[in-house]
Amino acid sequence: MLKKLLLLIAAGFFLASCAATNTETGGDVDSTSSASSSSSDGSITAGTQEDLIVNVGDRVFFEFDSSELTVDAQATLDAQAAWLSQYPDTDITIEGHCDERGTREYNLALGDKRAFAVYSYLAQAGVDTNRMDYVSWGKERPEVIGSEETAYSQNRRGVTIVTN
Amino acid sequence: MFKLLTFFIFLSIKSFAALDVTISQGQVEPTPIAITQIFGSEADTARYGNTIREIISNNLTNSGLFYTVNEDLYIQSDNLVEKVPRFEDWKLIKAQFLLSADVKKSDKGIRLRMRLYDVFNGTEIEKLQLTIPDEDLVRRVGHTVSDIVYERITGETGYFDTRIVYVSEVGPLDQRIKRLAIMDQDGHLDSHQFLTDGKNLVLTPRFAPNNQTITYMEYKNNLPRVYIYNLLTGEREIVGDFPGMTFAPRFSPDSQSIVMSFSEPNTANSEIYLMDLNTRSLNKLTDDSGIDTSPSFSPDGSKIVFNSDRGGSPQIFIMDKDGKNLKRISKGRGVYGNPVWSPRGDYIAFVKNIRPDFYIGVMDTNGDNERIVVKDFSLESPAWSPNGRYLIFYRQQRSNTDGTGGETTIHFIDITGYNERIIPTPRDGSDPAWSPLL
Repeated sequence: MLKKLLLLIAAGFFLASCAATNTETGGDVDSTSSASSSSSDGSITAGTQEDLIVNVGDRVFFEFDSSELTVDAQATLDAQAAWLSQYPDTDITIEGHCDERGTREYNLALGDKRAFAVYSYLAQAGVDTNRMDYVSWGKERPEVIGSEETAYSQNRRGVTIVTN
Repeated sequence: MFKLLTFFIFLSIKSFAALDVTISQGQVEPTPIAITQIFGSEADTARYGNTIREIISNNLTNSGLFYTVNEDLYIQSDNLVEKVPRFEDWKLIKAQFLLSADVKKSDKGIRLRMRLYDVFNGTEIEKLQLTIPDEDLVRRVGHTVSDIVYERITGETGYFDTRIVYVSEVGPLDQRIKRLAIMDQDGHLDSHQFLTDGKNLVLTPRFAPNNQTITYMEYKNNLPRVYIYNLLTGEREIVGDFPGMTFAPRFSPDSQSIVMSFSEPNTANSEIYLMDLNTRSLNKLTDDSGIDTSPSFSPDGSKIVFNSDRGGSPQIFIMDKDGKNLKRISKGRGVYGNPVWSPRGDYIAFVKNIRPDFYIGVMDTNGDNERIVVKDFSLESPAWSPNGRYLIFYRQQRSNTDGTGGETTIHFIDITGYNERIIPTPRDGSDPAWSPLL
């Protein structure tokens, strides 16, 4: 279910790294809809993964073979840090992912660097490290299938997952 | 006989020397061998005989060094284990070598006798008898006889009585289920076995060079760590207690240590560590802010080749086993990964990427004389045959946005770039690794 939702969002949104969208609209995104507008949708429970996805943005994207946080990524993580301070009982795991190019082992290492880049940014933004974990999935769990750059750019990502 | 054998070795040396110039000169003309019917005294032994003959014929043909002369051409149809062949009859059909065997039940199990002849010189060059306790081992008898024939004629160590461990893949590409699986080197379905149930993601299995243990990576409870798996007892054990991801494991040549990457906490930077499996003592071998991974020992245990992006892009480096005398050896265009030292010590196999293509190649151990063996959209995970003359690897097809494509298959190729074939697997297959001779 969540997976489907993520796919819909990803399909409609190639460039937005800290995008918010309405769950009802799926891939057909109204660019004027902001984080606050979709929170009026009563179906989303505050402090959940869905809330994070819809109203904050659960993921950041990376350049090819890079674990540097872009300006967009930092803006998303600032919003995530604010959201996490709003829900102090929430724990998270940060997943680092890569596109399919490159060897499995190199991508495991790169995915860990990406996850850690998010982890340490959030820590510096004030999120208690006891609330956070990170893990690399290398190129093992693409978000979007396809041997092309539009898929690759969605797959080079750090994703924040609410674990409780 | 001696003359002929020398001639053959000369041929193969010549072909490898030719590699340095261009791989297109590396092909060896296959040597014709005749294999008589393998006679069985009883109904089941006759069946075993047919199976064994088929295994031997396939193995020798697949090596690229032999072809089996068509049975329909054979003039003499006798069992030539007890009887001297009429060499003229075999010369006439241009068989250079002749193998005959028979199988019989005995009180100890099943007995196979074989004789190998040099047809042109009219001499017997090998004679052997072996007994197996039960029919489960019939395929292994086929592989063992193949090894004997290969070794006797080429002068090289065989590789047929070996197994391949790999990752069996099934399901959508974004939720792939991966299981460790093992099979004979020919991929025969009768030999195929799954080792894990698919509940946890598993990756990159590798054999110990001198026992029946594998090391691999598993996401148990979503924690990616290195494990070892004892194939004789079925026991699985985590390697060390690390507060972070461990991955890219390989055994040392004595199988007593594991060299692997550990992603250190507080930096998530991957460094290469060596763990002694007996004492559990740990040695950190690299110390750099770049990614250090895919370590592989030289067969004499003195050096380690590995993948690092410390210079800005992924390249191949070499160092002493204690981390000293580190230097880059990859010299060509593109980025490199997955270096694997040949068990003979002469070459390092590698993956390289010059966008958009991937290549698998071999280079001298100082990085000279790089030669490409195979090129495709996506290639990975080269592993050596125990005699260092062949590679297995996997290909992945392009995937499409509708979720189709992305199939993975395991391939065999000789290091001259010839004689490639798919090693069949029941499902998709990746990350193959070769066992030592059993």
